[in-house]
Amino acid sequence: MAEVEETLKRIQTHKGVIGTIVVNAEGIPIRTTLDNSTTVQYAGLLHQLTMKARSTVRDIDPQNDLTFLRIRSKKHEIMVAPDKEYMLIVIQNPSE
Amino acid sequence: DSVKDSRRRSRATESSWPGRQGNQYTIRGVGGDEDDGTEIGEGGDEWMHGKTLIKPPDQLDLTEAELKEEFTRILTANNPHAPQNIVRYSFKERSYKPISSVDQLAVHFFLEGNLLHRDSDEARRQKAKQGLPDEKATVVTETEDEKLETPAAGGEEAGDVEEGGGEDGEQKLTNQFNFSERASQTLNNPLRERGCQTEPPPRASFSATANQWEIYDVYLEEMQKQEKNKEKAKAVPKKEDDKGKKKLTLSDDLTKVAKVAKIIERMVNQNTFDDIAQDFRYFEDASDEFREQEGTLLPLWKFQYDQAKRLSVTALCWNQSYKDLFAVGLGSYDFTKQGRGMLVFYSLKNSTYPEYNYPTTSGILCLDIHPDRPYLVAVGFYDGCVAVYNLKEERPEPVYKSSSKSGKHTDPVWQVRWQKDDMDNHQNFFSVSSDGRVVSWTLVKSELVFTDIIKLSLVGAVSEGPEACGTSFDFHKQINYLFLVGTEEGKIHKCSKAYSSQFLETYDAHNMAVDAVKWNQFHPKVFISCSSDWTVKIWDHTIRTPVFIFDLNAAVGDVAWSPYSSTVFAAVTADGKVHVFDLGINKYEAICQQPVVAKKKTKLTHIEFNPVYPIIIVGDDRGYVTSLKLSPNLRSKPKEKKGQELPRGPEVEIAKMEKLLSLLREPENSKA
Repeated sequence: MAEVEETLKRIQTHKGVIGTIVVNAEGIPIRTTLDNSTTVQYAGLLHQLTMKARSTVRDIDPQNDLTFLRIRSKKHEIMVAPDKEYMLIVIQNPSE
Repeated sequence: DSVKDSRRRSRATESSWPGRQGNQYTIRGVGGDEDDGTEIGEGGDEWMHGKTLIKPPDQLDLTEAELKEEFTRILTANNPHAPQNIVRYSFKERSYKPISSVDQLAVHFFLEGNLLHRDSDEARRQKAKQGLPDEKATVVTETEDEKLETPAAGGEEAGDVEEGGGEDGEQKLTNQFNFSERASQTLNNPLRERGCQTEPPPRASFSATANQWEIYDVYLEEMQKQEKNKEKAKAVPKKEDDKGKKKLTLSDDLTKVAKVAKIIERMVNQNTFDDIAQDFRYFEDASDEFREQEGTLLPLWKFQYDQAKRLSVTALCWNQSYKDLFAVGLGSYDFTKQGRGMLVFYSLKNSTYPEYNYPTTSGILCLDIHPDRPYLVAVGFYDGCVAVYNLKEERPEPVYKSSSKSGKHTDPVWQVRWQKDDMDNHQNFFSVSSDGRVVSWTLVKSELVFTDIIKLSLVGAVSEGPEACGTSFDFHKQINYLFLVGTEEGKIHKCSKAYSSQFLETYDAHNMAVDAVKWNQFHPKVFISCSSDWTVKIWDHTIRTPVFIFDLNAAVGDVAWSPYSSTVFAAVTADGKVHVFDLGINKYEAICQQPVVAKKKTKLTHIEFNPVYPIIIVGDDRGYVTSLKLSPNLRSKPKEKKGQELPRGPEVEIAKMEKLLSLLREPENSKA
């Protein structure tokens, strides 16, 4: 338990990281370092995208599964690591 | 007379008007008696003044008062001829009763009419018969007609009799004059509406897609359930498991984020150190083409752990199964500064934080990861203990640890090495220590069982003379029982597991303690040794003198053969430099000498080649581990000859080495 907390803390304080969000299986954010409206927006949109991506991967080969998803944009990079029950979203500015 | 008088005096004409009975009409003394002709009333009308009064002779003489007497005549509708005292027998009262109401109707005239209503059935029938368009009822034949006298009490009309259509037929003919519907209406019960509403059942919307993978998942679950059931059928069902599972679901959810968090951390690190990762993978120093034989080392990640700052790296080991994982043992070589130690595991994927770390009470001096079971790590401590850690388990203590009862060394353990499983399938490893013992430890259930393999002594035979201190050893790659031990005195002994009393061979290697001795990965006869006496020596174990000697101008901390070439090796020195040699290219000099740490005062303590990637890790005495990439020149393979397929594999390497050795041997032979 404490290890996970530590890991999350390290991620949050890592260079270039703008925010982290932990989302549960229904798409509801349970932990965040960003403000409420942004969090809700990110959680909702990325949850859907992750579901779609996972569905795509598994449709091609049901024994396969999505490990993580990276969306690199001009301003920053959004990284999503989905799990059976939870999903972790990190927004990082890699060029900093 | 009286009759006459009554007629004369006042005339009240009787008329039977319907419905009126007993109207009184009073005519005052009006002359105008029809019987007597015209008579003028006295004092009456003015127009009668002209005529003179003629009194009939037999007129009564009445007084004035009598003349003014008024006589009342009443008009009634009673029929004077109607009987007034009709009596009927009433069966109810069994007597004759007078009828109060008597029929007062006097029929003066009766005529049967022969008019038919044009819309009545009869008329239509007749029309149809006659075929006449006339609507008048000219039909005289009335034989079919029935006359109905409608007897009704009170108020009958004279003369008209309606024909009632009593025929069975199309329409019910109703009496237009006297028809009453016998309809009756029951009481309408008052209506009441009663409604009740239940609470709607709780609803949740559910949506799902039937994808191929969902079906697959369900099948997998089914299979797992079946397997579980089979297991349960064999084993005793445990009720505690359910409770345990329930507790897990209720407990804080963050524990399940662990795996995901790890992945994310690696991704974040990858982003931050993106250029390093790219270099690691793809960068090949192009300038190597211009440098003839020399190569360079490209610094990649630097690994450091906050809590290990004061410690120096005392051991490095790559994991054979997970090629990006390596172990770092931290402790101290300084005799005076002995304190705690640490066992830290890093992955190349995350250079900021270790994957595993175990703090220890005593400094670690050596470690080895089991080649087949990558979760077992054997560690040797400064205080003489050995321990085995199991990475799979969560706890920070080792699973096995030797103690003073179980034969731990009395001096620091300088080297540990895993061996192949013994016949009972127990894992075992060897350790060498300054107390002169080479001990074999076997993991039996939950204990470490030790066996002394050999005791080192200063003079050749065992148990003679004072004990020597072993500082390093290495087992032959192919020949299992053969191993080399380096001592503090600078000697290297070749020993066999089978013979515990005798050394097979002894080499006078160095002037100072032998820091490392390593067999060549390919050639079965060659081994290398290094020492603090600034030299690195390469030996052929059949020859008692070294084949190659290199002087590196500083105390050599460690030396390692490369896994990809039999002629390449690297050494680290106390002046912070890494020396890479390739005997195939240059037999006398290093093809790369590069300082790899910033401060010159840091001593490099250990070096290891990665089994697959072209990188090396170097540990120093400040607790840092630096990873470096070998430039292409350092990894050169023999050039291909045109048209010939270049054979790869260990044989080539062996041949390469052999060739080198043979070159050296020849002059020796010629000398000898």
